[in-house]
Amino acid sequence: MTEASLKSPPDAIVFADVRKAFAGRSGEVAALDGVSLSVRQGEVFGVIGRSGAGKSTLVRLINRLERPTGGRVLVGGQDVGALDAAGLRALRRRIGMIFQHFGLLSSKTVADNVAYPLKLEGELSRREIAARVAELLARVGLSDHARKYPAQLSGGQKQRVGIARALATRPDILLCDEATSALDPETTREILQLVAGLNRELGLTVVLITHEMEVVRQVCDRVCVLDAGRVAETGPVADVFLVPQHPTTRAMVSEAEHLEDEAADLSAAPGRIVRLTYRGEAAYRPLLGQVARETGVDFSILSGRVARIKDTPYGQLTLSLEGGDVEGALARFRAADVQVEAVR
Amino acid sequence: MSDFFVNVDWTEIVRACGDTLTMLGASLALTVLFGLPLGVLLFLTGRGQLLANRAAHAALALVVNLLRSVPFIILLIVMIPVTLLLVGTSLGVAGAIPPLVVGAAPFFARLVETALREVDRGVIEATQAMGATPRQLVFGTLLPEATPGILAGVTVTAVALVSYTAMAGVVGAGGLGDLAVRFGYQRFQTDVMVVTVALLLVLVQILQTVGDRLVAHFSRR
Repeated sequence: MTEASLKSPPDAIVFADVRKAFAGRSGEVAALDGVSLSVRQGEVFGVIGRSGAGKSTLVRLINRLERPTGGRVLVGGQDVGALDAAGLRALRRRIGMIFQHFGLLSSKTVADNVAYPLKLEGELSRREIAARVAELLARVGLSDHARKYPAQLSGGQKQRVGIARALATRPDILLCDEATSALDPETTREILQLVAGLNRELGLTVVLITHEMEVVRQVCDRVCVLDAGRVAETGPVADVFLVPQHPTTRAMVSEAEHLEDEAADLSAAPGRIVRLTYRGEAAYRPLLGQVARETGVDFSILSGRVARIKDTPYGQLTLSLEGGDVEGALARFRAADVQVEAVR
Repeated sequence: MSDFFVNVDWTEIVRACGDTLTMLGASLALTVLFGLPLGVLLFLTGRGQLLANRAAHAALALVVNLLRSVPFIILLIVMIPVTLLLVGTSLGVAGAIPPLVVGAAPFFARLVETALREVDRGVIEATQAMGATPRQLVFGTLLPEATPGILAGVTVTAVALVSYTAMAGVVGAGGLGDLAVRFGYQRFQTDVMVVTVALLLVLVQILQTVGDRLVAHFSRR
């Protein structure tokens, strides 16, 4: 074992060559076809893919709402498939889950919904449960709505109830199954901020399933791209987002970023064309101007995107460079931690 | 006015009302007692459900369908030996209750099954994800969530029982329906017919109104 792997946190969830097939009308349909990945303790791990890619199946294998037809799923080193009924219930209490359509009981008040997992667990007294519920509702900002029924709440409020309920038994893993897909962009941001806060403050490991790149960009540390039941690529969000390797990932990033088909525009541009990618500290340095002055290179920005991935600022610019010492300019960029890619 | 009601024996009417209400109350209570668990089992053993079991579901469904396809008037006669065994007599109000329950419970069980199927799958899944036992799922989630639907089923069943009791006269159980048949129909006493039918209408109206109110009270959607 290398020093680096000793330092990195242990894996909270491991998928080892997991397969899941469903009986379809014309034989078996493979929802997951040999998926291997690991989720580290304390990270926000995104799983992104188009509908039908197998994302929901994947997350539901973690708390055994579905059973794999092949391979193993380990949670905290425990083989989920080998658990007996009591072991499974204990595991499920350590894993909170929130859903696209919230899954709240319409017959129970907000407070009773949040108290429900604690009542099922049966370990706390009524007073302890009431205190815990009050604490949870305060955490998600719904203290004033304790006695309402879910039907009286907005979508964002319902998902807050869902989150409070998922946290009730103090789990160390939170599964989010398209948790923001039924919400508007503003509410989505609020819910994601809440989830990111829980990850930071409680050290909660979060597995987040989504079909929206934007969601991954806002909160995830690492991401796995699923394509037709297989892992297309896995890595830190910045890598996958800025330098996508797989065609599916590229297509999804382009759609999310509204990137035009560059090739057409570029043919008209003069000079050398390069794509610069930088992130973190590099984003704040006035590098372009400096390099242009020092090397006498003229540049024009053909296309670009500048934003944040979780807490890291990044930029990706496509430039055309003319005159002066172009090679020298590229060397200066590389020296400043900017990734340089020749386009033409 | 009093000329029109010349054939009506009001003490007889009052007694018939009492008989109808007794039969209705007792058989409705027992129908819910037996039909509710039966409906829950039908649901749970169904395809894709918690205790999915094709053989068990098919067996239950067969029994339910069999009992529901026997016309009630025939059930009354066929049940006589069983009724004798259960309540010691096959006659009168007591003798009518077992066949009423056997006729209505399978019907009610189907209504319960339907109400449970209406429960949002996402809620069932969320409950399972919380680590609920099957028992907790049934009593904590399924039944509370299906309460409005089940109450609507109780209402429909109660109204159906009112019309079943009319046939219970065959075993001498009496009641308003029996009065309507024996006097109103067989003896052409239209006044008796009008009074009994009017009273039955009032009864059905009351049952439906109370049922609807309860359903509304328990609906939180």
